[in-house]
Amino acid sequence: MVKKIYLHLIFLSFFFIKEAFAAESGGMPQLNPEFWVSQIFWLVLTFGIMYLVLSKLILPKISNNLESRKSQILENIEAAEKQREDSETKLKEYDQIILKSKTEANSMFNQAREKAVKDINAKREVLDKQIDEEIAKAEKEIQALRDNAPDKINKIAIETSSELLQKLIGAEVNNSSISAIVDDLSRRNGDKYYGN
Amino acid sequence: MAANPMSQFDVYRIGPEIKVGAFDISFTNASLFMIISTVSILLIFNLGSKKNSILPNKIQLLAELSYTFVAKMISDTAGSKAKPYFAFIFSLFMFVLFCNMFGMIPYTFTVTSHIIVTFVLAAFIFIGVTVIGFIKHGFGYLKLFVPSGVPAVLLPLIVVIEIISYLSRPISLSVRLFANMMAGHTMMKVFGGFVISLGIVGGWLPLSFSVALTGLEILVAFLQAYVFAILTCIYLNDALNLHH
Repeated sequence: MVKKIYLHLIFLSFFFIKEAFAAESGGMPQLNPEFWVSQIFWLVLTFGIMYLVLSKLILPKISNNLESRKSQILENIEAAEKQREDSETKLKEYDQIILKSKTEANSMFNQAREKAVKDINAKREVLDKQIDEEIAKAEKEIQALRDNAPDKINKIAIETSSELLQKLIGAEVNNSSISAIVDDLSRRNGDKYYGN
Repeated sequence: MAANPMSQFDVYRIGPEIKVGAFDISFTNASLFMIISTVSILLIFNLGSKKNSILPNKIQLLAELSYTFVAKMISDTAGSKAKPYFAFIFSLFMFVLFCNMFGMIPYTFTVTSHIIVTFVLAAFIFIGVTVIGFIKHGFGYLKLFVPSGVPAVLLPLIVVIEIISYLSRPISLSVRLFANMMAGHTMMKVFGGFVISLGIVGGWLPLSFSVALTGLEILVAFLQAYVFAILTCIYLNDALNLHH
């Protein structure tokens, strides 16, 4: 497309050149050799100076700038990469520490619980023992009381009977004969009062 | 004067006539614009290379982008062996580009619209490339004219054609740039003349053409500088890496 336009331009230019040739006696100023030497001289001079200054002073500086920037950017990227790695390892360490402390806390909790359970069990055992002892003691007392009860009842019955007889009859009655009667009665009726 | 579209290419003396022997090396408007172009190139690139900040400012970015642009162009077309010629091709590209672009400003003179200027550049390139080729390859450089895989019967014809095409390189290189510049500027002048002659009533059409042409010519100015530089790279590639 652009090429086509150039071709057209060149054709058109030839058309205009012809026109110019027809119109001007001088024709194309480009073909007038009057200033050719001057143009060559000034071209060589300006282009030469520009080439020298560019190649010796300016272009090395630009290439230097580009290189140093490139290396600096690479360095920075490397440093950033290193820091990233550092932070990653630190993050891992942190995670490990947290994990460790978690397990520690867990184990501590478990230990404490076990200890508490053990304590409770020990105390309960002691208490159970005490209670058992107390119960046994109480039962023994009760047993003793129960064992003693018939004798006392007998005694009370004998004394009461002797006093009753004394008041009723007015005479002293032998205690031993009364006790024999009471014993006999209590043996016969013992089962009625003590149901066991 | 304004009616003649060719008068913009007139070279005239500025100041006194300077003569060295039989040669007239007077300062002309062409010399003035060569100096303006080279001084602006040196100024821009000097400013662009002065400070080296990690975040480049606009002018530094411009200089560095141009540098990498030309460096990439050379390495793409001529390979890594062309590195010593980087400065020359960079100067060439910038010189042609700035001369073309300064020519786009109204009432300026386009240095590259003169066949003698482009021919001197092209001839220098041609001679330089030929010398480099002979230094690098000796007489083996002549193998450039003998393409591989050509039947022996056709060889004499092909060699003649190759030699002619090689010898026409400076002509094609110089005429391409010169003709493009001259044609574009002549067309713009002609359309500008139409605007005046057709007046307020009919002048709008050529005026719009003129506006469009200005855009096109700026594109051409860049493209021709690029083409000039890339063809130099291709010729240099032939001299450095003999492919035949």
